[in-house]
Amino acid sequence: MKLTGRARLLVFFAVPVALMSIVRLWSGEDALTSSDTIGASLRLSVPILLAGMAGLWAERCGVLNIGIEGMMIFGTWFGGWGAWQFGPWVGLMFAVVGGMLGGLIHAVATVRFNVDQIISGVVLNLLAFFGVRYMSDLAFVGQPGGGVSQSPPQTSAIPRFDIPVLSGGEVFGWKSPNILLNLEERGWFFVSDLAGILHGLTHNLSWGTVIGVAAVPATFWILWRTRIGLRLRSSGESPVAAETLGVNVIRLRYLGLLVSGGLAGYAGGILSIVASSYYRQGQTAGRGYIGLATMIFGNWRPVGVLGGASLFGYAEGVKLVANDAISTLFLFVALAAVLLVVAAVVNRNTTRGIVTAFVAVIAAYTYLAIDDVPESLTQSLPYFATLVVLATASQRLRPPAMAGIPYRRGESH
Amino acid sequence: MTVEGTRAKARVPLFVAVRLFAAVRRSGALWRCGVTVPPLGWVWQYLSMPDSAANGSASAHGTAPAVELHNISKGFPGVIANRDISMTVERGTIHAIVGENGAGKSTLMKTLYGLHQPDSGTIAVNGTEVEFSSPSDAIEAGIGMVHQHFMLADNLTVLENIILGAEPAKGGVIDSREAARQITELARSLGVEIDVNSPVAELGVGQRQRVEILKVLYRGAKTLILDEPTAVLVPQEVDELFENLRRLVDAGTTVLFISHKLDEVLAVSSRITVIRQGTTVGTVTPAEVTRRQLAEMMVGSDLPQPEPRTSEVLDRVRLEVNNLSVSRPGRRDLVHDVSFAIRSGEILGVAGVEGNGQFELCSALLGREHSSGTVAIDGKDVSHASVRDRKNAGIAYVPFDRQREGLMLTSSLWENNLLGQEEKFSKYGFVNVAAARAACREVISRFGVLTPNEDVPAFALSGGNQQKLVVGRTMSMNPAVLLAAHPTRGIDVGAQAAVWEEIRTARDAGLAVLLVSADLEELLGLSDRVIVMFEGSVVAELSPRDATPELLGSYMTGAKVAAR
Amino acid sequence: MTSKRNVIDTLPRPVVTLLSSLVAVLLALAICGVLLLVTGKDPLAAYRTILETGLTGNKLLEMLKRSTPLMLSASAVAIGFKMNLFNIGVEGQYLFAALIAAEFASRISAPPVLHVLLTLMVASAAGAFWASIAAMLKITRGINEVISTIMLNFISLSVMQWLFDNYMRDDSDGGLRVTTTEIAPSGQVPDIVDGRLNGMWLVALFVVFCYWLIVFRSKFGFRLRSSGLNSTAAQTSGIAANRMIVVAMLLSGAIAGLVAMQSVVGEEYAYGPQATPTGFGFAGIAVALLGRNHPIGIVVAAMLFGFLDSTSAVLQLSGIPNSIVKVIQAVVVITVVIVNEATSRYMNRRTAEQTAAALRTDKVGA
Repeated sequence: MKLTGRARLLVFFAVPVALMSIVRLWSGEDALTSSDTIGASLRLSVPILLAGMAGLWAERCGVLNIGIEGMMIFGTWFGGWGAWQFGPWVGLMFAVVGGMLGGLIHAVATVRFNVDQIISGVVLNLLAFFGVRYMSDLAFVGQPGGGVSQSPPQTSAIPRFDIPVLSGGEVFGWKSPNILLNLEERGWFFVSDLAGILHGLTHNLSWGTVIGVAAVPATFWILWRTRIGLRLRSSGESPVAAETLGVNVIRLRYLGLLVSGGLAGYAGGILSIVASSYYRQGQTAGRGYIGLATMIFGNWRPVGVLGGASLFGYAEGVKLVANDAISTLFLFVALAAVLLVVAAVVNRNTTRGIVTAFVAVIAAYTYLAIDDVPESLTQSLPYFATLVVLATASQRLRPPAMAGIPYRRGESH
Repeated sequence: MTVEGTRAKARVPLFVAVRLFAAVRRSGALWRCGVTVPPLGWVWQYLSMPDSAANGSASAHGTAPAVELHNISKGFPGVIANRDISMTVERGTIHAIVGENGAGKSTLMKTLYGLHQPDSGTIAVNGTEVEFSSPSDAIEAGIGMVHQHFMLADNLTVLENIILGAEPAKGGVIDSREAARQITELARSLGVEIDVNSPVAELGVGQRQRVEILKVLYRGAKTLILDEPTAVLVPQEVDELFENLRRLVDAGTTVLFISHKLDEVLAVSSRITVIRQGTTVGTVTPAEVTRRQLAEMMVGSDLPQPEPRTSEVLDRVRLEVNNLSVSRPGRRDLVHDVSFAIRSGEILGVAGVEGNGQFELCSALLGREHSSGTVAIDGKDVSHASVRDRKNAGIAYVPFDRQREGLMLTSSLWENNLLGQEEKFSKYGFVNVAAARAACREVISRFGVLTPNEDVPAFALSGGNQQKLVVGRTMSMNPAVLLAAHPTRGIDVGAQAAVWEEIRTARDAGLAVLLVSADLEELLGLSDRVIVMFEGSVVAELSPRDATPELLGSYMTGAKVAAR
Repeated sequence: MTSKRNVIDTLPRPVVTLLSSLVAVLLALAICGVLLLVTGKDPLAAYRTILETGLTGNKLLEMLKRSTPLMLSASAVAIGFKMNLFNIGVEGQYLFAALIAAEFASRISAPPVLHVLLTLMVASAAGAFWASIAAMLKITRGINEVISTIMLNFISLSVMQWLFDNYMRDDSDGGLRVTTTEIAPSGQVPDIVDGRLNGMWLVALFVVFCYWLIVFRSKFGFRLRSSGLNSTAAQTSGIAANRMIVVAMLLSGAIAGLVAMQSVVGEEYAYGPQATPTGFGFAGIAVALLGRNHPIGIVVAAMLFGFLDSTSAVLQLSGIPNSIVKVIQAVVVITVVIVNEATSRYMNRRTAEQTAAALRTDKVGA
């Protein structure tokens, strides 16, 4: 049973939605597919998504980037400072520049001086953490509402909008109907769930978020369709071959790391400008590492990263909007696993059948046995999921072949 | 565009004719004498002459050769890799460069390809002196190189690998359709077919090599450097490769062919340059020399060859291998159902083209690779034992690749010598440094390792001295069974004889040796029996007395299969 | 320039190494000086303040005290480095170990010395346990330890929070205490200098000594280093790669388990999310790099970091943000790794040339 094209898309999108719908009707947790939850999930996904893209750009050009967290920290600080001083748009630009500064440091250390890429990343994280503290000391201490770990609040924000017709946005002063919300409120099986999800994605959108999501198609197009993209990927796959063909690996690695830093910085900017209205120490809360996890989860492909970031963002969104609903996710997992068992039986794949059946039983038991999942444990979901993916699907993962291996011009011959 | 250019320029005879024509016209002499320029028909007749004739007249008429090297020298810290190399490569020919491993062939070709710059000397391409600061300069001058280890990105597609660095693009966006069209056309002219969208990871070795050649041709190369192209190929693939190369040469391309396989060189090339110890020995044509003479030019003076010496083979079986197989899911067995026994005082030679399972056989015997079948050392079954247990049972190994499998390059010699013997030189769990150093000094003096002392890091030694250390370390463990893979690879003649002598002495003292070697003379001279491996299986077992290199060669290439 | 090259050429390798580290530290100070200058502070005044306050008796004791967790953490990281294993998970390992050990110590009663010894052993075991997860993932599923230890750091934090909130928090005070139950006096490690230097400092020194003994002198250490230098060659010579990974990871985790013990058994006598210091896992990486994984280097580097840390309070009083101290530390590590890289390249070339030269003279002599 091999699926292709549309059928595949259907299975990957419609089946989960239908399952969600069943779970919602069963448990009565309307929050699972409500537009509020989805909206929150989107907002929470974007920084993770961008961090994952930052990792993707770096590793595609051949440099491991443990320093995403640090670059994001630079982004939150510079973004927060810029937005406080000059308004949110300039703030976002500062965030990008701040992240690029981090990318540049990483590039100089790893590409120019051949420092171990992991070491450089770890040290960059330390430098960013303490560096912005020093700068906060100078810039924010003594300002109203500011301090060593926090910037004064920003006075204006990035505008938000609803998409007309679908989610009731305004067009030239005309208030369009809000079709999706209308459908969502009916509580119909599947239709309302779908409407809820779409409404969450089309309503109360910040331009900052939209630009962030646009990084996915942009990344795909640049890396897989353009000349510079091919050369950049070749620097991560086989720098020696690339160099012999006249590709300037060193320059492309600089470029890749600058883009990586810029994306991470933007992710930080989202946190300090879009998701809140001030810079705060620790705002990144390990999202750089979750980004790294989504990059692995997404098999170093933009769409995969999007999938991983959505998943982690959704888990966070549910937790934020309706923490009680978390336990129903186990029901979802159980049902999904049952479906996979059926698929495995059809395909006569015994091992997979047994494994998924086991998962189904565990998930169902957990759902029945536990009323509420301790929040402290749900926090580690992305990290746990990444380890599970690595442990079970590592043969299918295709990381760039030479990521992590320092390259010196002309020395590998 | 590139492709069109290639083909136009590739027509060397045409090119020559046009230049000739132009020269005659420029001189004006013919006009003055009232002689008309020869009719076009004459030109066409010239063009349709066979290549050799065209080339002959090309040089006669002063057209520059494809590549000229004058007094090229290149040194690396502590070694001189090339010194005073001069050679001339005529256009539209297959020109072979032969020499032993480490003679400096690859260094020379890297110089020509701009991967590094010569310390002195000049390079001329088509009569113009050039300086290559990077491979892209060389590519620009029409020189392309196919490396011994393919330079392909596995995760990229065939198309991406080929166009990389010379992508057809509109406004920075790759025009994949155009690229696919060009590549398909180019492949057709070579006489091969290839799916441009499959990832390189899914291709076999022969196909990968074709991608490499296409990659170079795609860039409009008129001179092709092939670094040991046949080392990785099976015989049929070698034939196909040679067929492709002949097509290319017919189309006017020049091929520089690096090899140490003399039969191939004699078969395919029109001129042969021999390199020894970093310098050119001479250039000959295949007609002038015999295989033996060529080999002597390569090695210098008389070919050293271990004198066959009869030994007393005892009845005691020291290594017994039964039905050993190394399998990989979904692929042919790397080692297939191999059985043999080596007695005390016996050397069993393993002949075979590299990559036919010898490496995996040794790995399996060593316990480093999972295998089925049984292995017994001195009657003790070690089929499921770990590497360490097998070593304790008496097995020792001279590795195929000393740097990868045998040495810690940044560590001192004494620590390198200690590796694998740390049990012997430890007391209460702590290393006895003084004893370990003394042991290393002994290896150094007994095997003539050239080094100031035992504190020098291994990377500072030349390849030959590293090899002597590795061999010395292995022999000093007093093994019961020795697996020796290319024990004299890359070491000088004197040391070679010393290593042979060591192996023989140990053999005479009752050691059982499995000798893997690419050097057939060494194999025949040392071994008491020879088995031939082809595609993972043992295809023949011979006595060195009635095994000629020619006979071995036909077994090794699968041309002949003996019933065992 | 040439004469300078020649002087360096004659120096023995350890001296060059030492000099290069010194150069790196000075370079870092210069970079941070520029940073201070740009941000309107007087770098000379700042450095003078650091030196003047740091070199007083009490501050020197504080330096030693602050070096305790750094030495431990750096040794834990260095064991991994020595066989090319990157244990980024020291952070998660030591915090997990601190919680478990504190809880354990508060629940048992034992005679004074034994009580402490048992607690330290439990801490080591807990650290080793947490590290063993990464080792197992590596040898059974081939998961890179860098990724797994990063993930495990976060998982460790959640597991600890859950354990602490639900089972190990001391609620006797009406929920006001945010620590585990206080450890009885028999389980407390006394100070060497009252209030200034705790006995755990000696334990840390002892651990560094053991690190030296095991890694640089023992048969096991030789195998460990060989695996790090060339895993294929090590395996070929009979060293079981997987076993080495597990043992090295366990040792690293065991040492990591002790990192926060100065706080748990020497200062706070309990574990608490606020009370127990964090960040030493990453600082340990920095110290190991600065000390080049060498025991003496680690001790010196830990003291340097401790020295800088000890001055930060006074620095703040004199108008210079004390966060500059941490910035200096981070920049030092960056310059050190860059200078290390350059130096080892230079030294390798020099060694190759000198060896070749020595052989030439030998031949002439013969």
